[in-house]
Amino acid sequence: MESSRRRFLTMTGVAVLGIGAKPVLDVLAAGQAEGAGSVELKKGDGALKAKQWAMVVDTRKINKASDLEPMISACHKIHNVPKMETKNHEIKWIWEEEYHYAFPTEINKFLSEHAEHVPFPVLCNHCENPPCVRACPTKATFKRELDGIVMMDFHRCIGCRFCMAACPYGARSFNFRDPRPFIKETNKEYPTRMKGVVEKCNYCAERIAIGKMPACVEVSNGILTFGDLYDPQSAVRALLKSNFTIRRKQSLGTEPTVYYIV
Amino acid sequence: MNDKKIFLIKDKKYIIAGLVVFIALFTFPFWYNSGKAAPGPEIKLTEKAKAAKECVMPTAYMRAEHMQLLDIWRHSVVRNSDNTYVNPSGKAFTMSLSNTCLDCHSNKADFCDKCHDYASVRPYCFDCHIDNPKEIK
Repeated sequence: MESSRRRFLTMTGVAVLGIGAKPVLDVLAAGQAEGAGSVELKKGDGALKAKQWAMVVDTRKINKASDLEPMISACHKIHNVPKMETKNHEIKWIWEEEYHYAFPTEINKFLSEHAEHVPFPVLCNHCENPPCVRACPTKATFKRELDGIVMMDFHRCIGCRFCMAACPYGARSFNFRDPRPFIKETNKEYPTRMKGVVEKCNYCAERIAIGKMPACVEVSNGILTFGDLYDPQSAVRALLKSNFTIRRKQSLGTEPTVYYIV
Repeated sequence: MNDKKIFLIKDKKYIIAGLVVFIALFTFPFWYNSGKAAPGPEIKLTEKAKAAKECVMPTAYMRAEHMQLLDIWRHSVVRNSDNTYVNPSGKAFTMSLSNTCLDCHSNKADFCDKCHDYASVRPYCFDCHIDNPKEIK
């Protein structure tokens, strides 16, 4: 009799445990079903892919400032880049620069007429070894592993401007004022920025994701070529193979991915 | 026992009166405001949103978790360039606040702001993301 009472109590305990465990398990199972388990995040169907995006600028095709104008306005228009009144507040993603300032380490005493007088388009170089990324304390700017774009997450930018100090190309601009009043026509499909964040060219990451070439390349009349630096078959590599190119301030070791045919 | 005796004999009326005053004052906000709680916000859906019936996720989930969802979207698009969201029922959406969310919910004042004002939250989404992308064109 003694052993049977003991057995009864044990079995009761086990049963209580079992009944108690069921709701807990149910909740856990429901939690998993409701969570991100059954949701999928993936690339769009037409997305362009590359190991490292790069650009080649054929400066032989540039004759005057008006050749660069369409690229600059196309870029600034779709990205809601404001046109500031004062030079100190200027925001620029792609702009024109004299050879002397674009290539201060490549100046010979006597330059060709072309190099002396023609404007050069300059933009963020999306360096393979980007100093801005090392400077950013919040990882708001980062080198995207999958396609080499030096991206910015504007939500994270705290406006410390370390990246601007670190960038040797002046490719970054700071919003000293609310940019909205200075945007003539807003593109409603792309966000604006707010006061206190840094911005720069993003190699049109939002267009690449839907299978389009960057806006500046599209309107460049063959001056700009865009492609994968590590795909031997790419248009960029074909140009690099058949032409002598230079890069901006190459001696700094940042490995820019914008190449210039001069 | 001693304490009780003193309380009963000497200060009973003061203590009772004090307690009554205290309870009356303490509960004042509750009974003063009882029966006139501010009504919950009534949000309006656009025709497009009504026609779609269900959002990216079920309504209850969206109501409670849309900020977390947007955070995941942002991270996924900016960091991984994954811009397509396939929900549990297999429907695909482009992850974009400006172009997907605000395309259906193009009535910020009657939709987003209603609840945000009621809950007294001030999200800064719209400092950058332009509301109502399809209205002006």
